[in-house]
Amino acid sequence: MVSLKDVRKIYQMGSEKVRALDGVSIEFSRGSFWAIMGPSGSGKSTLLNLLGCLDRPSSGTYTLAGEDVSQLEDDDLSAIRLKYLGFVFQSFNLISQLTVRENIELPLFYQGWEPQECAARAIELAEQVELADRLGHRPAELSGGQQQRVAIARALANDPRVILADEPTGNLDSATGDHIMGLFGELHKLGKTILIVTHEDEIASWADHRLHMRDGHIDRID
Amino acid sequence: MDTLIGLIEFMTNISKFTRSVRLGIKTLLLHKLRSLLTMLGVVFGVGSVIAMLAVGTGASEEAQSQIRRLGSQNIILHSVQSQQDQSSERVRMSIYGLTYDDEVRIRETIPTVRRTVPAKLIPHDARVGGRTMELRIVGTTPAWFDLVERELIAGRRLQQRDLETRANVCVLTERSARRLLATETMLGNRIRVGANYYEVVGIIRSETGGTAGGVQTPDQEVDAYIPLSTARERFGDIVIRRSEGSTERSMVQLHQLVVEVDELENVESTAAAIEQMLQRFHPRGDYRVSVPLALLRQAEATQRTFNIVLGSIAGISLLVGGIGIMNIMLASVTERTREIGIRRAIGAKRSQIIGQFLIETIVLSSAGGILGIAVGGIIPQIIEYFAGMPTIVPMYAIVLSLGISVGVGILFGIYPAIRAARLDPIVALRHE
Ligand SMILES: Nc1ncnc2c1ncn2[C@@H]1O[C@H](COP(=O)(O)OP(=O)(O)OP(=O)(O)O)[C@@H](O)[C@H]1O
Ligand SMILES: [Mg+2]
Repeated sequence: MVSLKDVRKIYQMGSEKVRALDGVSIEFSRGSFWAIMGPSGSGKSTLLNLLGCLDRPSSGTYTLAGEDVSQLEDDDLSAIRLKYLGFVFQSFNLISQLTVRENIELPLFYQGWEPQECAARAIELAEQVELADRLGHRPAELSGGQQQRVAIARALANDPRVILADEPTGNLDSATGDHIMGLFGELHKLGKTILIVTHEDEIASWADHRLHMRDGHIDRID
Repeated sequence: MDTLIGLIEFMTNISKFTRSVRLGIKTLLLHKLRSLLTMLGVVFGVGSVIAMLAVGTGASEEAQSQIRRLGSQNIILHSVQSQQDQSSERVRMSIYGLTYDDEVRIRETIPTVRRTVPAKLIPHDARVGGRTMELRIVGTTPAWFDLVERELIAGRRLQQRDLETRANVCVLTERSARRLLATETMLGNRIRVGANYYEVVGIIRSETGGTAGGVQTPDQEVDAYIPLSTARERFGDIVIRRSEGSTERSMVQLHQLVVEVDELENVESTAAAIEQMLQRFHPRGDYRVSVPLALLRQAEATQRTFNIVLGSIAGISLLVGGIGIMNIMLASVTERTREIGIRRAIGAKRSQIIGQFLIETIVLSSAGGILGIAVGGIIPQIIEYFAGMPTIVPMYAIVLSLGISVGVGILFGIYPAIRAARLDPIVALRHE
């Protein structure tokens, strides 16, 4: 379903080469729930960005939904993100000028949905994250946990196969973090493939598999 | 290339486009003051262009319509006293000007001349009962009323029969008639000029005479038209003008001769032929040839020059306005880097980001353009009210301004939009 074969990501910093990913091969099967762990600078975010088609590997192949996406053009990568992927970020990344509803509708807007369909879907998603009463609010009027729930609703709008989250609980207290992880657990039950980067063992324990990174390669899997 | 195709696709999808426009308006309304200030350059650029064009067009339209009143197919000849005659005190009578023979020669020998209308102009007091008024007696032929078109208010014009019988009849202008015959029924009245009475047979609409493009219009407000034959018989060719003790005598056969040319394209060659002929018979140059058509062309050329100058000013002010908009849009792109990253991560294509920012800029500049048109429509009204100058806001100026405003939006919006689209989504997402 999602597989990497000998993927490398090398940044050229002046005369020095930074090997952010140094030969990563792994397969994430459909519907699995993974936590990606490892010390700071070990390449977790780099890996997630590659998996999220925000970046292209320097070498190696990345197969997503049966298609080699490792060397696609920018527009094609956008299309794949729009169709297959949903992102949740540590800092929520909601657009502050837009209301909760408009934020949730964003992927639908780019998919070309009609306004009425968008609205109906946004309400449905807001109910799923228990924020139906906040649709008209702006992100600044919500708590961190509520904002992250909006972000999850937005990530779900296009009904993606894979959900990628980079430290989604990093800015939240542990109780709120648990609530968020509960939501991911439900999505897992719905059959989504979920990949979460985290430092915390407690968060990682929600996942079925844990992938430990070190210096750009896979240290171990458990 | 793909980006361009994507952009065209995006812009031509009507429902998506209108939504993007609405979104653009909404975003701009979030910063009302900033958007307004940003627009100001375009507002004043467009406003001043339209206002200046309105004043310029108004002035030139007036000049052109005045010249047109002279008749673009006409050539107007005037008798003028030559300089040497005027200065010599000893000359007791100056003899100058166009002659009856000139008229015949022009009519008979130049094939492109359709007809000629001679006129003797005699300033003279007229009397009705106790009222007096200085009129300009115009001895002319019936063709006058065809060449110098004036609406007939009552009665009839001069006719060929009047000319043949040297009838003592006259056609007054409305204004002269009012002054002279205020309370009495106008037609059939008799006015006294010198020793003779003239029956009023018709009244025509009076229009302020004056000059058009430096040429005296053939008719004036205080005209009284009588048959040329009558004028020759009653007044002769000698005009005596008394002023402040001195007496000025002049002998002039025709004061004015309007020549109508058969076709518009023959006007200039005919004028040249007339000039050539007159030069032969009038070595003193005691005549003047005016060609309204040439003046019209000149006025049009002046208008074109004026428009080019205006166009340049417009161009510069819109350029300044455009740079202002670009400046703000660049700042806006930086400010919204994070938003761009989010949209890209969600799956927005580069072309869609370009479209979003471009539409915002176009909305901004078009709104500026529309406000500018409003400003440009009001200023001429104010000028007209206070300065009494005629103004016309030309339709093309409005269409052009709108077009240019959109153009400015595209021109100055494309660079910030491309900058936005070129951002690496990962970098943009990390932007603080
Ligand atoms: N754009 C870049 N240019 C140069 N080097 C980079 C770039 N992005 C990441 N790196 C380097 O790649 C390595 C891996 O970075 P990455 O962000 O993936 O770490 P991480 O595991 O997510 O760390 P953290 O837990 O602190 O978020 C680091 O050494 C980093 O300096
Ligand atoms: Mg990281």
